[in-house]
Amino acid sequence: MVNNKRKYVIPGDVITTGPYRPEQNVTLVDKKIIATTVGVSEIYDDSVKVIPLTGMYIPKNNDLVIGKITSHSSLSWEVDINSCYPGMLPASDIFGRNFQPSTDELNSKLKKGDLIAARIANFDRSRDPLITIADRELGKIDSGTLIQISPSKVPRLIGKQGSMIQLIEMATNATITIGQNGRVVVSCDNPDALLKALKAIRMIDERAHMANLTDRVKEMLESKSG
Amino acid sequence: MGGRESDVVLLDEKGIRCDGRTVNQTRKVTIKAGVLKNADGSAYIEFGDNKIIAGVFGPRDVHPKHLANTDTGIIRCRYHMSPFSVTERKHPAPSRREIEIGKVLKEALKPALILDKFPRTVVDVFLEVLQADGGSRCAALAAASVALADAGIPMRDMVSACAAGKVADTIILDVNNEEDQAGQADMPVGYMPNLEKVTLFQLDGVLTPDEYKKCLETAIIGCKQVYEIQKKAIKDKFFGDGENQ
Repeated sequence: MVNNKRKYVIPGDVITTGPYRPEQNVTLVDKKIIATTVGVSEIYDDSVKVIPLTGMYIPKNNDLVIGKITSHSSLSWEVDINSCYPGMLPASDIFGRNFQPSTDELNSKLKKGDLIAARIANFDRSRDPLITIADRELGKIDSGTLIQISPSKVPRLIGKQGSMIQLIEMATNATITIGQNGRVVVSCDNPDALLKALKAIRMIDERAHMANLTDRVKEMLESKSG
Repeated sequence: MGGRESDVVLLDEKGIRCDGRTVNQTRKVTIKAGVLKNADGSAYIEFGDNKIIAGVFGPRDVHPKHLANTDTGIIRCRYHMSPFSVTERKHPAPSRREIEIGKVLKEALKPALILDKFPRTVVDVFLEVLQADGGSRCAALAAASVALADAGIPMRDMVSACAAGKVADTIILDVNNEEDQAGQADMPVGYMPNLEKVTLFQLDGVLTPDEYKKCLETAIIGCKQVYEIQKKAIKDKFFGDGENQ
């Protein structure tokens, strides 16, 4: 074993009893550090955390998400961001500062069912997350194939410093937009390459807990192209 | 004391019970996690002849809105028996008994869950009994806990459950339907095995203080056995095809 500090855990498992700082997905009960979710535990020099293998997306400030418009009021759109809270996209974000609820028609810009790439502008536990599309690379998504993976596996899909996603993009020549909420849009001109990219993403979703996943994906991508 | 007249021999001279088990042996338990595609988490349990499906949805928006709590998430639990789950057809409308079991199971799961990270949301737990055979609330609780872990709801510990009881003046583990009907006492227990805390405790029947103590200890031994099976169910789903670590 290369690193015996990593361990598969389920809720209730005692990870360690040492003087560590509890981080994500762990809780401290009587000096025992206990996992709160199914995942892989990691012990660092002074802290302990569990990388989850399941669970819902919890919005975080500055996350890139892919949302679907579900409805609108006269001042804002309501966006499904695959979380327990709906995203709020204010109309002034698109119409600019001189937005007039009486004259500007929200439906003319974004309709129900439209997909958008957005960023979480502000989220705290007292209010629904505020999202924004006022940036380059954000905004309405017109083309591509949408697939949904488990939000807990997004970091694995991206890989260390984006290594995994670069690998797929290089091999298939596709453009991949990953939302932190588990929605991924793949666009590619070559239909065969598109299918291969989708297959690779699904493979990562299914086997995220495995070691040397990058090599396996590489193998899969190369096997049929050769 | 207690129990109905019956011709079933609940316990013979050799200490063998009506279904062939010894006094401290549970029925065969199998659990499978992730059986429902559209639920956030799910589990199927076979606890002897009990067959129960658990489905977990959420955290999600609360409807009706007035139930929402701005400080923390809430849990709702529905225990329901299918009309075909018992010998005589059961009316599908929720009965007094089902509503009560839903309530006690909700309260048995609540101490294990960490819901304050999800204010204004609800976690819905649905338990559908497809076949009932005594001790279905324990089986349902064990399945619910696996389904919650499958859904990734933060939990302090798993909740495992098992019943103990008294039959022919002997304390027995895991009461089945015949023993429940004709026996002298039935004590369902929900237990958090790592925190060593009891979350569900009911008692139907009469026990002396010594028997009571022994009965609870027996039930907890049963809970620990169920816990191992719950653990295996989760590991099979999430780490099944992975390399050993």
